[in-house]
Amino acid sequence: MDIINEIKFTMPSLSVNEGTARAVVSSFVIQADPTVEELSDIRTAVSEAVTNSIVHGYRNTSGKIDLTVRLLAGREVYIRIKDSGCGIEDVKKAMEPLFTTAPEEERSGLGFSVMESFMDRLTVKSQPGKGTTVTMRKRLKVHGG
Amino acid sequence: MKLDMKSENGTAIACLSGELDHHCARTLRTELDRFIIVNQPEVLAIDFRSVTFMDSSGIGLIIGRNKLIKECGGTLEIRNPQPYIRRVLKLSGIERIVRIH
Repeated sequence: MDIINEIKFTMPSLSVNEGTARAVVSSFVIQADPTVEELSDIRTAVSEAVTNSIVHGYRNTSGKIDLTVRLLAGREVYIRIKDSGCGIEDVKKAMEPLFTTAPEEERSGLGFSVMESFMDRLTVKSQPGKGTTVTMRKRLKVHGG
Repeated sequence: MKLDMKSENGTAIACLSGELDHHCARTLRTELDRFIIVNQPEVLAIDFRSVTFMDSSGIGLIIGRNKLIKECGGTLEIRNPQPYIRRVLKLSGIERIVRIH
């Protein structure tokens, strides 16, 4: 992995930090001159992953969320979002569209679908009782200039 | 996220502005539900013109309000979503149950 630039930050699992994560990731990624659509895709995917950590990983508890954002050679953005929450028993099932374990919170079960379709690659690693790590990659288009 | 209610030709319009995520969805849900239950509007249009961000929390919000207003005998509409919000709406397939203008 040829890393051109990188930021790491840790936030408590407060819902207000869904917006914080989006803002920090956006201002880092903007150096690679993404299109409006690419930046919006990345912001949305980050928001979904951080919300999952808060709503599912740390449901009724609190903890820390670690974010790593890298700009890789070849205009590729790498994002890793890691929590130490309750983990996911069945990752495959959790990734099925419309599957949710929090209907009372009006979760639509679309978080992973959004991450999958707005990013190029999505990897979810989870261990029940230990936490979940979501890794996403997106290659930015080369545009004029 | 800010919510302003107005009425236009007999249609109740909920104008949202700002970023719509899980953090603000709960407050918004309470306010919209109160409006629906108290006013029992025939049509409630949610205007997304000034919404600058929305993730799948917005889909949950729309589905929940659509269910409530239907129970009250009304209809929900979505108006003026920006292109980036349209993409999330499209992915969810919500246009099959709620009209989008």
